[in-house]
Amino acid sequence: MSFEILEPGLSTTVQDRGRLGYYNVGIPQGGSMDQWSAELANAVAGNTAAEAVLECTYLGPRFRTTEAAVIAVGGAPVDVKVNGENREQWTRLELAAGDEVSFGFLQGGTRFYIAVRGGIDVPLVLGSRSTYTLGSLGGFKGRKLEAGDVVPVGPSAAGNKGLGGIDPALRPTYTRELDIRVVCGLYDHRLTEAGMNTLLSSTWTLTPVADRTGLRYSGPAIEWKPRQQPFGAGSDPSNIVDAGYAVGSIQIPGGNEPIALHRDAVSGGGYAMVATVISADMDLLARSAPGTQTRFRAVTMKDALRARADLKALRHRLWGN
Amino acid sequence: MSAHSAESERLKGKARYTWGGDEFLFIEIDEAMSLAANFKANSMAGMLSARALSGISDVCPANASLLIRFNPDVLDPEELEAVARAIEVEVDAAEHQTLETRIVEVPVWYDDPFTRETGARFRSGHQSPDGTDLDFAAESNGLASAAEFISRHHGSPWLVSMVGFVAGLPFMFQMVPREQQLEVPKYLSPRTDTPPLTVGHGGCFACIYSVRGAGGYQMFGLAAAPIFDPAQRLEDFTDFMIFFKPGDIVTFRPIDQDEYERIQRQVEDGTFVYRQAPVTFDLAEALEDPQRYNQEILERLNVV
Repeated sequence: MSFEILEPGLSTTVQDRGRLGYYNVGIPQGGSMDQWSAELANAVAGNTAAEAVLECTYLGPRFRTTEAAVIAVGGAPVDVKVNGENREQWTRLELAAGDEVSFGFLQGGTRFYIAVRGGIDVPLVLGSRSTYTLGSLGGFKGRKLEAGDVVPVGPSAAGNKGLGGIDPALRPTYTRELDIRVVCGLYDHRLTEAGMNTLLSSTWTLTPVADRTGLRYSGPAIEWKPRQQPFGAGSDPSNIVDAGYAVGSIQIPGGNEPIALHRDAVSGGGYAMVATVISADMDLLARSAPGTQTRFRAVTMKDALRARADLKALRHRLWGN
Repeated sequence: MSAHSAESERLKGKARYTWGGDEFLFIEIDEAMSLAANFKANSMAGMLSARALSGISDVCPANASLLIRFNPDVLDPEELEAVARAIEVEVDAAEHQTLETRIVEVPVWYDDPFTRETGARFRSGHQSPDGTDLDFAAESNGLASAAEFISRHHGSPWLVSMVGFVAGLPFMFQMVPREQQLEVPKYLSPRTDTPPLTVGHGGCFACIYSVRGAGGYQMFGLAAAPIFDPAQRLEDFTDFMIFFKPGDIVTFRPIDQDEYERIQRQVEDGTFVYRQAPVTFDLAEALEDPQRYNQEILERLNVV
């Protein structure tokens, strides 16, 4: 079974839970930017959390299924149409052979996810089906989908019908004002006290420069401590000897426009990181659209671990285990 | 000869441990780049990987630091830090600081038309708007000409001090005393385009761009053969799609257009193989008499 792509949408890629273990050679974890939404869609479609989905950014694709299929659409609010007729998000959609699926405009957020029973069945590359476009690796031929692509769908596991729907309390929320929790560290000692205060007390506006690699924010300038730069570090006080970048870490090149790295992060570089978004808030970051008013709130490692445990509990609740 | 250099003595017990959120431990060996700091980062990474602790997914040695990704549900952060600190003590105490690695010859077409043309498209805002990246690099290092810069560039071997930024991109540090290091400022505003396999330079680091894309390093030439091969077509990529590993030693060999095209044909028909030989790299020897030691390493290539 397969999906025939009639229109690809703006940037539609195959993603799953990502690939760990290759960051030491520059291959990022990848995977669905909003892991929770992708997981919910899989749960409704009758999959496990591991099946690959289509991640659709802003403008969705138009496609035709070659055989009967069960799909579910989760993530950012969007009109879903089957053969031109409106259908619901967050429910099981049963398609007949030849049915055509299309989407309206997003009503918030950035990305929605199409899960299909059996999962998108592209080959595993380094243990994952996720697309890493910069390296032309994984996913569908290492790239975003194009018109004319025939995207394979895997055989469905017997017995799993999927959830009838998703408790609204479990669904992602979309807001124009967002608090993101960060753990300060890495090179935070290189900022002046005033500089750190500026980072943590200002409201930052997400710029349109936001993609799978990272998100850039506009706001006031942030002060770095002047210093005699160490050998090999580069001339600006925000420069360090090129080092590994934590996923979720925040860098402030030249003291302007902080950048938070996301799942397709470049694995290293020469800008000092001063804080890192906690793992439990990475999906929130992924959902935020340009213009979102964002505050970075410092928490302790203990807080970060508690938030992580809460998310895990939510996961257990979803899957009933 | 002492087994420990003054440089590595200075770094003993000095690493800084800090957290990148709840999934990353970052260990800075030193603020400044040096062969000794890189060696320590690499050694610690090697030992940590060898422990194969469950809960650790990525151990990423960098130039003068390392980054470790872990799952705090499986491995307690405090326990991880304790293990890493114990490894630091062990690395600091090691009698012989050696690394089993290899030397690789990388053919480069210096001052090629592809990087020249790309450079010409990004002159606006460059430190040298009317010149070339090579002229700027020569001038920055007080050298008389681009030709002299090129000859210094391939005159001594380089150590791969980090692999990353994007898939398979090697950062390289020239194995010469600090006062002889080539240093070139990065672009003031990064390019949006770089030809794949561009040989670049920023700060004290050389790199080879593994994929086409953005870049901020000055561009000097083109490596003739792939360093990242997702299809794993060539023999050097049978085991893995990425060629370079931290600790590799690289010597650049200047080639002309004819040889570049000949290598291109070998790559196309799948017969290209990098010239390479195993090396036991000894830090103390490398620091004591770099010129003699580099010569010794280079000669390994002649016996294969």
